[in-house]
Amino acid sequence: MEIIKTDVAIVGAGGAGLRAAIALAEADPKLRIALISKVYPMRSHTCAAEGGAAGVIKSDDSLALHFNDTVGGGDWLSDQDAVEYFINEAPKELTQLEHWGCPWSREPDGSVAVRPFGGMKIKRTWFAADKSGFHILHTLFQTSLKYPSIQRFDEYYATDLLVEDGRCQGLTALEIRNGEMKQFQAGAVIIAAGGGGKMFPFTTNGNIKTGDGMALAYRAGTPLKDMEFVQYHPTGLPNNGILLTEGCRGEGGILLNKDGRRYLQDYGMGPETPVGQPVLKTMELGPRDRLSQAFWGEQQKGNTVTTPWGDCVLLDMRHLGEKKIDERLPLVRDLCISYLGKDPVKEPIPIRPVVHYMMGGIHTDLQAATRLPGLFAAGECACVSINGANRLGSNSLTELLVFGRRAALSAMAHLQSNQTPSSDAALAAKAKASQNRIQALFDKSDGTETIAGLRQEMMDTMEANVGIYRTGEGLAAACEKISELRQRYANIALTDKTHVYNTDLMQALELGSMLDCAEAVTVGARDRKESRGAHQRLDFTARDDENLLKHSLAHYHPTEPPRIEYLDVVITKSQPGVRDYSGAKK
Amino acid sequence: MSELQKRQIQLEVLRYNPETDTAPRYQTYSVPCLDEWVVLDALNYVKDHLDPTLSYRWSCHMAVCGSCGMMVNGEPKLACKAFIHEYADQIKVEPMANFPIERDLVTSVEDFITKLASVKPYLIPKEDKPISAGEFKQTPAELKKFKQYTLCINCMLCYAACPQYGLVPEFLGPAAISMAHRYNQDSRDGGRDQRQEVVASNEGVWECSFVGACSEVCPKHVDPAGALQQVKVASTIDWYKEHLMPWVTK
Repeated sequence: MEIIKTDVAIVGAGGAGLRAAIALAEADPKLRIALISKVYPMRSHTCAAEGGAAGVIKSDDSLALHFNDTVGGGDWLSDQDAVEYFINEAPKELTQLEHWGCPWSREPDGSVAVRPFGGMKIKRTWFAADKSGFHILHTLFQTSLKYPSIQRFDEYYATDLLVEDGRCQGLTALEIRNGEMKQFQAGAVIIAAGGGGKMFPFTTNGNIKTGDGMALAYRAGTPLKDMEFVQYHPTGLPNNGILLTEGCRGEGGILLNKDGRRYLQDYGMGPETPVGQPVLKTMELGPRDRLSQAFWGEQQKGNTVTTPWGDCVLLDMRHLGEKKIDERLPLVRDLCISYLGKDPVKEPIPIRPVVHYMMGGIHTDLQAATRLPGLFAAGECACVSINGANRLGSNSLTELLVFGRRAALSAMAHLQSNQTPSSDAALAAKAKASQNRIQALFDKSDGTETIAGLRQEMMDTMEANVGIYRTGEGLAAACEKISELRQRYANIALTDKTHVYNTDLMQALELGSMLDCAEAVTVGARDRKESRGAHQRLDFTARDDENLLKHSLAHYHPTEPPRIEYLDVVITKSQPGVRDYSGAKK
Repeated sequence: MSELQKRQIQLEVLRYNPETDTAPRYQTYSVPCLDEWVVLDALNYVKDHLDPTLSYRWSCHMAVCGSCGMMVNGEPKLACKAFIHEYADQIKVEPMANFPIERDLVTSVEDFITKLASVKPYLIPKEDKPISAGEFKQTPAELKKFKQYTLCINCMLCYAACPQYGLVPEFLGPAAISMAHRYNQDSRDGGRDQRQEVVASNEGVWECSFVGACSEVCPKHVDPAGALQQVKVASTIDWYKEHLMPWVTK
């Protein structure tokens, strides 16, 4: 097996991975950086983020307001020391991107423009029309090309971390174009490989979002945190889940039920605000969890519109006018016309909530360090946690930058501790074990299960039982089913036994990642007997700060369900309070 | 609203596996499609239900990640934006033209990435400015000058459409030159001279024969042909200044 020796290996080349790579290259040009991704960097799912990135820059805004919006939005499950660090770094990181050429939308005087977003008291979302994630990703990718010390390994699939002497010292990865296994020896490893929304059937997430990075860390023995918190974005196209940015509502779009009523006023977010004059933290600018829950309420009452794609409500943007829609929301218009045949300039768009983001992920501390020495994580695959029980829109793009860089700095500090690497022989043995695992999957011939079949059962289970509202009964059934699917996973065999670009093998490995992550989600959700943020239980409807103002930590077991441990939330300034998104608030 | 229309499509797909095939071949799959589907949905149906050995790239399913470029009935398309209802019952799907096939519908991306990197596609600031001094000012009008060229998703359809790239593989090509132009036009940038070495070379913009196919197939309306024309004009002016009016600074 070929050995590639590097100082820092980064798994994932989206926003967080690229930001980490650039930070390392800038800090010390002599560092050998391996940027490993199962796709070319510009294919990473950061590109699909639309609305923008939050950072305090305007004089009417303040760090304290960003702090309060984030902590309240997260239903007090965010670690407040992490939020503090995040909001302080946010403006610097967004300005840094500007200096790297990001085409942020501008005010007439040439300063960076900001737009309103849900759950925010003041406009603070930097945006590049409605292609913000795309521009952030490409700006970072193109900037990364400046640095010869960033060596890219595009289309390499990371299979296992190399853990020896209690430290993470590298990883193994399959080169997809020829099926060869490579051993990466590294002084530190950063995982920045995104979320796992593809465990659900109806999601804004791209095909690549299969929780591989989360599973990589989890299987290596470092816990996943708060996995039960899965965000539904309230406005997805009903046929394929394509995201329509929160910017639609930020710019003034309204939500209507089948009777044309702005139903959010019936869910504690009213009174109704004038059409086209959005009021921050009210009605359509409430947070994502509340809006998605209100959809469910309308569905229960029979107030939704019936469409060939199921029950919907309507997103009406007609009053914004063609000029504003083309200037601020050009992608949204294009997506609606192309994929649904409806022009938002001329008619309301049927939408429904769609799985969008995982608040949970690899447990890290404020320094982006996991419990496994030498292993760091950032971005959606990580859980610091700034997002708590419900992420505010436009905090995640900023998070990629802030904690991508933070992970890089921590990895450098770890390198400076100058620990002697384990022997080549010891690492080779670990790498060989990983190779054997993949080879066994490859060689197995008497399969009784199919990848597509198991994946469908997993998705159906998650959709039916782990959605916007959950019950103890449904979650228990989901736990049982996912556990069963994990067992049955051992019985799949590949149809494709060749080595070049074997996507059958990739899909098998991705399914394994998703099942591991899905079990952490279902068990975490079953055991969290309260309702908080995006985790809503019909059998435990209240938030339970006395017992569950805690993070859950899921510990991997190869054949059994995970063991759940709880960890106190860090509270510094803001005691848990009432999340008030009504216009009647003070 | 009415029910969705279903239609049986014959999907003729180019297959090639270097381990088992001596030459590319075609395989036809009969796929029950919903009329609102895109070609990518049909491929996914094949992968999940008919033939797990078919290989192709895809991710976002919303025409922004640029993974799923391929030839659909001979035209360069994103499979996620090629709508079934726009085609007859027989659809032919092949890997992108002008690129080496790795396997099935997967082509090699390396040449494009190398060319993109060669034009220094990053901001080379006119002036140094610390982060603490805040953002560079840029008016909406200044942004508009280059915004269109930032929209390139690197899908490479323009290379698949470009007859010149097919003939002269050294040609830098539409997307890479457009990206150089994007930074050259950015009011914050001062790196044009550094990019010109590559962009105005023999393999650069002068290879372009201005057929305009690149702009026709661009799914993001970047108009690379327009960018290349502007680069040609600017490079010609450079040449005149340098050779006929050496006393005039650029």
